[in-house]
Amino acid sequence: MQVTLTVNGDEVTREIEPRMLLVHFLRETLSLTGTHWGCDTSNCGACTVLMDGEPVKSCTVLAAMAGGHEVRTIEGLERAGELDPVQQGFIEEHGLQCGFCTPGMVMTARALLDRNPDPTEEEIREAISGQICRCTGYVNIVKAVRWAAEHPAGAAATAASAS
Amino acid sequence: MATAEQPVLGYGRMKRKEDPRFVRGKGRYVDDVSLPGMLHGAVLRSPLAHARILSIDTSAALQHPKVHAVITGRDLEAQKLAWAPTLSADVQAVLALDKVCFQGQEVAFVVADDHYSARDALELIDVEYEPLPAVVDPRKALDPDAPVIREDIEGKSDNHIFDWEAGDRDATDAVFERAEVVVAQDMIYPRIHPAPMETCGCVADFDAVEGKLTLWCTTQAPHAHRTLYALVAGLPEHKIRVISPDIGGGFGNKVGIYPGYVCSVVTSIVTGRPVKWMEDRTENLTSTAFARDYVMRGEIAATRDGKIQAVRVRVLADHGAFNATAQPSKYPAGFFHIFTGSYDLEAAHCRVTGVYTNKAPGGVAYRCSFRVTEAAYAIERMVDVLADELGVDPAELRMRNLIRPEQFPYRSKTGWVYDSGDYEPALRMALEMAGYDRLREEQGERRERGELMGIGVSFFTETVGAGPRRDMDIVGLGMADGADLRVHPTGKAVLGISVQTQGQGHETTFAQIVAEELGIPAEDVQVVHGDTDETPFGLGTYGSRSTPVSGAAAAVVARKVREKARLIAAAMLEASPADLEWEKGRWYVKGDPEQGKTIQEIAMGAHGTVELPEGVEGGLEAQTVYNPSNLTFPFGAYVCVVDVDPGTGQVKVRRFVAVDDCGTRINPMIVEGQIHGGLAEGVGIALMELIAFDEDGNCLNGSFMDYLIPTAKEVPNFELGATVTPSPHHPIGAKGVGESPTVGSPPAIVNAVIDALEPFGVRHVDMPLTPARVWAAMQGHTEPPA
Repeated sequence: MQVTLTVNGDEVTREIEPRMLLVHFLRETLSLTGTHWGCDTSNCGACTVLMDGEPVKSCTVLAAMAGGHEVRTIEGLERAGELDPVQQGFIEEHGLQCGFCTPGMVMTARALLDRNPDPTEEEIREAISGQICRCTGYVNIVKAVRWAAEHPAGAAATAASAS
Repeated sequence: MATAEQPVLGYGRMKRKEDPRFVRGKGRYVDDVSLPGMLHGAVLRSPLAHARILSIDTSAALQHPKVHAVITGRDLEAQKLAWAPTLSADVQAVLALDKVCFQGQEVAFVVADDHYSARDALELIDVEYEPLPAVVDPRKALDPDAPVIREDIEGKSDNHIFDWEAGDRDATDAVFERAEVVVAQDMIYPRIHPAPMETCGCVADFDAVEGKLTLWCTTQAPHAHRTLYALVAGLPEHKIRVISPDIGGGFGNKVGIYPGYVCSVVTSIVTGRPVKWMEDRTENLTSTAFARDYVMRGEIAATRDGKIQAVRVRVLADHGAFNATAQPSKYPAGFFHIFTGSYDLEAAHCRVTGVYTNKAPGGVAYRCSFRVTEAAYAIERMVDVLADELGVDPAELRMRNLIRPEQFPYRSKTGWVYDSGDYEPALRMALEMAGYDRLREEQGERRERGELMGIGVSFFTETVGAGPRRDMDIVGLGMADGADLRVHPTGKAVLGISVQTQGQGHETTFAQIVAEELGIPAEDVQVVHGDTDETPFGLGTYGSRSTPVSGAAAAVVARKVREKARLIAAAMLEASPADLEWEKGRWYVKGDPEQGKTIQEIAMGAHGTVELPEGVEGGLEAQTVYNPSNLTFPFGAYVCVVDVDPGTGQVKVRRFVAVDDCGTRINPMIVEGQIHGGLAEGVGIALMELIAFDEDGNCLNGSFMDYLIPTAKEVPNFELGATVTPSPHHPIGAKGVGESPTVGSPPAIVNAVIDALEPFGVRHVDMPLTPARVWAAMQGHTEPPA
C-alpha cells in the first residue's frame, strides 16, 4: 500500500507493507535511525516520536496510521544548526549516558514543554513515566528538562548572557 | 559547543564528548548498521523448558520466497559448530541437537530479505518435541530422582556443577560453637536480568575474497570475542574484526557470546551476504544472560555486646541449563569471598554449590563485579538480623565492627587484601546527611499514628578491577588491558584503549586521564575504542574494570609518552634529561623556568628535524599493557528511608543517601551519574525486578509488561556524598564506581522495609519486595505468594 505523511517538515510517499510499524518505517525506509526500538510492548518509550505534536510510541503505531499526519523525530529538532533547548539541557545536566533512551526522552520532554513551558519536577516525572532509562536514574533527566524550561532560547541565549 | 568554558586540562567536571551525537540521534548502534545486500536473521526458540527433539522439518520455511537459508543444529554439527564453549569451561548448544534444556533455547535460524519475512518463516518450521519433566527449583536439582539435564556431558548422572569454598571452615565452626549469640537467615537473591535498553544483536559480514569477517556486535568485550571466534570457528584471528559501536547499555548482559552471533556469522559465510540479527525484548529477557539466582543461608556469630566474630554462608547457585557465567575461571562463584563485608572478623567460611536447572544460562554480574552483589546483600542483611536480635541500632552495630583505618591494607578471612579504606567517616557522613537521629524520632512519631516508616542502612565493600593476570583469566586470557597513545605533530593525541563504553563516558574520562598526565586539553585527545582492528588487546568493560585496569593503562602510557617527551625536550633545549623538571604540559630546565618546551612543541620536534639522542626514535607515542597488582576495593555507606502503605504493602522510597568512596574521581559529574543509575537499578532489584518460572519452566517475565523496571515515578532524588581514599597501588588512585550503587543499595532498601515492618515482627522478606510480598509478610506469611 502507499502511504503519505510529513516527516520533519518534508512530505514523503512510500510503498509499504500494511503491517509495517512506524518505527521500522522511520528507521529502515527513511533511514532515520535516531528513533530507537527497545521493547515491542509500549513500555520503554525508546521509540517515542511526535505525531501532530503528541508523543506516540512508534513501535505500536502502524506506518499506515501515520498517513496524513505530521511526524517529528529527533532528527527534526535541531534548527539551523542550533540545538533545541531540550537537547542542550541533556548535555548541560548530564541527562544521558548510553544515549539509547535519549531521543525518546527528548521528544517527550519537547512535547511537555510545548504544552507546559514551566513544569514542576513532579510534572516532568509524570511526563516521562512512560519511558525507561537504565543508566541515569532519571535525576539528571529531570534537571535537563528543567534546564530547557529555564533556557527557552537554548544555548544561544546562554552564550550571549555569558559574554 | 559554544561556551566560554576553559579547556579541561585534567580531572574535573567536563561535559561529555559523546553527548553531541547522542542528543541529535546520531549515535551509531548495531541496529543502525545497514550494509548493501544485508539479510536479516531470526531465531526459532523452544517453547518448552525440557524436551527431546524428535524431528525438525524446515522444508516449508525454505520454500518461502524471501528466505535464503535455514540452519539447524545438524547443519552446524557438520561444521563442528553445534556446541560453543561458554565463559566457564562448559559448552552450550548453538542450536539444539537432541533436546532443549530451557524455554527460549535456540533451535533453528532463518535468514531472509527482511526481518518481517524471517519472522514469518519461523512459523513455517515444524518441530516435534517429546516433553520431559523440568528441573525448576535449584533446591530440587540434586534430588536423587531429579531428571538429568545435561545428557550431552559424558557420564553425567546428576545436575551438580561445582562445589567451591573459601575461608577456614574449622576455625569458623570453632568460633560459632563458643559464640554468645548466633543468628541465621535464609535468603534468596532472585534471578533478575540486566535488561539494557538496547537488546543484543550483531551484523556479520564475511568477505569471501579477503577471507575476512567483520562483526558489528553488542559486546562489552570485543577483543575477547575476536579470540574466541578464532579459537572456535577456526577463522584466522587477523581476519576477524569485531566492532562494538555505540552500545545501548550492557550491565553484564553483553559479555558473553550468544548463539545468534554464531548463526549470523555462519549464515553470512553460507549466503555470501551480510546478516543482521537483533533479538527482540522477549528473547533478551528469556534467553540471554540473567544475573544472581543465589539461594543463601547466612549465619553470624557475635558477642552479646555486639562484636561480630564470624560469618558463615552456604549458597546454592542456579546456573541454568549451561554453565555460562562470566567470571574469572579460577573463581566459579566469582568474588563471593567478599561476604565478609567491611567488618573485622575472627573467622569466616562459605561454601557454594552450583547446579543445573532447566532455565536460561547466564549468571553474569548485572552491574556488579562477579557475585559481589550477592555477597554484600548476604552480610548486610545478616548484620541487620543480628542488630534486631541484640536490640542494637543497626547503624551503631556497623560502626562498632568496621575495619579501622590503621588495619589497611587489610587481609580478609577469605584471603583478599583490601587496598585502602577509611570506613567510619563515610558512615558518619551518610548518617549526618540523612539526619539519622531525627529520622528515628520521626519514625517513632509515625508509628504511634499507625504509619509504617522504615530506615535502612548498609555499608559495603566491593572488590573490582579484575585482575592480576596470574590469578585471573577468562577462558585462558589474562585480565590485563592495553593502551596506546600517539601524539600527532601538532600536539593532538589519539588514545587507543581495549575497553568499550556502553554509556560510561570513556571518550571523556579517558581523554581527561591523558590530559591530566600530559597537560594538554582533554578536547585534544581522541579516544578510540570498540574496534579490534584499531585498538590494543584487552579483556573489556565489566566488573567495574574500566578505570581500575584500562584507566591505569591510559595513565601509564601517558607517563611513558611524558618520559619520551623529556628526552626529546632535552635534545631541543640542549640540556641533560636529568636537569629537566615537569610542570603540567611542559618540561623546563631546572632553575631556569623560561627555558622549556610544551608538549605541543615537543610533539612537533619529535616529528621534525631535531637531532635526537642515540636510542631515541622519532615520533611521540607509546604503548603499554597494564596488569593490576591487586583488585581495588571501593566502599560506601547508604541510608534509605521508605514508607510502606499499611493497606496495600506498597513501598515508596522516600529518600536515599549514598556516600561513595571510589578513590580518585576523574570526572565527578560522570561518577555521580553512574551512582544515580546504579541506585535506580538497586531500587528495581529490591522492589520490582524478577525473572520467575512456573513449575514447567515457563518464564513468567518475558516482556517489560511483566519484568518491571523503575520509571521516574519510582525513584527519588538521590542525595550523594563522597569521601576519597585513593587506591595505593593504582597509578592514579581510582577504584571504579559503576557498580557500587547496585551492590550497596538493595540491602539498604530491604533493611528499610524490614525496619518499617517491625511492628509486625517481620525479620526478613525476599526480594523483590512487591506489594503482594510485603502485604503477605504483614499477615504473617513467611513464603511469598505464588
